[in-house]
Amino acid sequence: MATDVLLPQLGESTYEATIGRWLKSPGDRVERFEPLVELITDKVNVEMPSPVAGRLVEIVAQEGQTLPVGSVIARVEEDGAQAAAPGPEEAPAARGAQLPAGRLSPLVSRLVQEHGITPEELAQIRGTGTGGRITKQDVLSYLERRGKAAAPEAAPPTAEIPAVGEQRVPLSPLRRAIADRLSRAKREVPHAYGVVEADVTDLVRWYEAQREAFQRQHGVRLTYTALFARAAVEALRAFPVVNAQWAEDAIVLKPHINLGVAVSVEEGLVVPVLHRAEEKSLVGIARELEDLTRRAREGKLTLEDVQGGTFTLTNPGVFGSIWSLPIVNYPQAAILATDAIVKRPVVRDDAIAIRAVMHLGLSFDHRVFDGAVALQFLNHVKASLEAVDPVIR
Amino acid sequence: MPELRYVDALNRAHHEEMERDERVVVLGEDVGRKGGVFGVTQGLFERFGEERVVDTPLAESSIVGCAIGMACNGLVPIAEIQFADFIHPAFDQIVSEAARMRYRSNGAFGVPLVIRVPYGGAHGTALYHSQCVEAFYAHVPGLKVVAPGTPYDAKGMLKAAVRDPDPVLFLEHKRMYRLVRGEVPEGDYTVPLGPAVVRKEGKDLSVFTYGWTLHEALRAAETAAQEGIAVEVVEVRCLRPLDKETILRSVAKTNKALVVYEDNRFGGFGAEIAALIAEEAFEDLDGPVMRLGGPDVPGIPFARPLEQWYWINQDKILGAIRRLAHY
Repeated sequence: MATDVLLPQLGESTYEATIGRWLKSPGDRVERFEPLVELITDKVNVEMPSPVAGRLVEIVAQEGQTLPVGSVIARVEEDGAQAAAPGPEEAPAARGAQLPAGRLSPLVSRLVQEHGITPEELAQIRGTGTGGRITKQDVLSYLERRGKAAAPEAAPPTAEIPAVGEQRVPLSPLRRAIADRLSRAKREVPHAYGVVEADVTDLVRWYEAQREAFQRQHGVRLTYTALFARAAVEALRAFPVVNAQWAEDAIVLKPHINLGVAVSVEEGLVVPVLHRAEEKSLVGIARELEDLTRRAREGKLTLEDVQGGTFTLTNPGVFGSIWSLPIVNYPQAAILATDAIVKRPVVRDDAIAIRAVMHLGLSFDHRVFDGAVALQFLNHVKASLEAVDPVIR
Repeated sequence: MPELRYVDALNRAHHEEMERDERVVVLGEDVGRKGGVFGVTQGLFERFGEERVVDTPLAESSIVGCAIGMACNGLVPIAEIQFADFIHPAFDQIVSEAARMRYRSNGAFGVPLVIRVPYGGAHGTALYHSQCVEAFYAHVPGLKVVAPGTPYDAKGMLKAAVRDPDPVLFLEHKRMYRLVRGEVPEGDYTVPLGPAVVRKEGKDLSVFTYGWTLHEALRAAETAAQEGIAVEVVEVRCLRPLDKETILRSVAKTNKALVVYEDNRFGGFGAEIAALIAEEAFEDLDGPVMRLGGPDVPGIPFARPLEQWYWINQDKILGAIRRLAHY
């Protein structure tokens, strides 16, 4: 009997995914949990394991096709013995679990999933069915209204007739995710900013002197990003409220420092996470960063790699920025930007000296903490970098 | 194209198939000299003679048993059971012999047999002349069970049944014989045994039915349309094999399903359609899969008011359509 392979729900806010590359061809044998197909979501690319063992008989969804969660993407003819055994369900179990009380028909549940209708939105839909039940028509009418309500904002650019030579570039799932998340962060989070200047002359000297030895000794390239990450982790340890998140009725302090590091990739930006960074030495951080960065550029991050971040580090300095005020990575409370290290004439002991300096910028959710904390935090980072010793351990 | 009654379409099919293939024979009670109690076999005896049109004793087990023997030995019999109510003595022959022959002989023998069965209730037919028997036989692998609902299909499907290498139970709702008319082409054509057909398109809910209730459902759908409910009517003219695709496609479109059948509701054939939808179209459903079937009493009563109470008529179907549409 052929088993339908369904597009799984990859993360709580993912409603669709694009078929990347099929790793098996029709007729091939697949083992249970063996990678079957690459899926591209707005967050990551994942290799989807086969839910059953057997023979791939049909590929239903072609490479490049974008489909809603739950769509049949392939059929696998199960091995006889396993076909009879009620194996554990691989299908998303939590579907619809977060819906408010009140019964929804299977179709309405599906529409809710497909169109990303939130529980809050659902509560606004007036049911016209028996006993106030929300019917298919109720959902469709709501979607029509929602479409119209959203239209005025979106209308001008789309309504315009493209001028000669203009090109409309369709949004990739990643681009759309970036847009959604940043808009949400800007909309919901009252941003405030702080910037300090750090004199990293000694750090630069140490780096230039040590980096080759470091690579020889540990087999991993030392980067400034790794050093900045160490400094950030030390400061986060000292200021737990920065490693936190706003939760409407409370401030949630995170038990571990899961440091997201923004990585520029061809299509945009991804933020892989160094989990439990507080437990890692400079070598460990450098090694993990190298691995995450490489996999990010190859599109091989797993869902786990990008989940659970508690604070983000972005390093626009590599592109030459000297003054950056990033948008926080929602729902985290703060993001640290490290700018380019440049030589400048500065005043030291009432004399003008040429020093290597950089700006450290913190964008933060003002609901969670205030400017005083932000600057104490920044000064902690600054002090670590200037002292060198705290960050090279 | 001439308009024919259901009964005449069947009669044409008999004449043409017997003419086409001399292996085709007809047997049953009063099918010869009388031409059948409903007149389906009229003119066959005169035209093809008593060797090929055989009046049998009142013994259904023997009618089907003899027909199985004929079929295994090179003939293509059409056996008529005068009323479905009397088919039960032949149950053993049909289920244990005819349906299993190919399987049991590993394909060496087949039973190219058609068993024609007038069934269902008409005015005053009461307990012994009104039964629906499809659920018993649709349950059995090895049989095909069909119930054409139009004169066109009656002729085309009977011809297909005659040419089928395996046994076919051919159900004819007796109300249709003289009440249902339709265009029927002259000459040879067949209608394949399998596909269901959408008789009326609609977007609000789907009605799945067969036999006489198809016509009641179509009338109910017309009334519903005036109330703004667009009903899709799907005729499941083949019960086995069942055309799952057409059924599921319709549910995917309308998201609501009502299954209508005349047989007792409990354990009736419509339950199979309902189960199919519940299992395979779950996420398409915007309402419960509903069944409208006959009440659970041992037979259609003779008394007129009680007969009315039993029948699945357009008013009852319309009531169910309204309930489901407004769910």
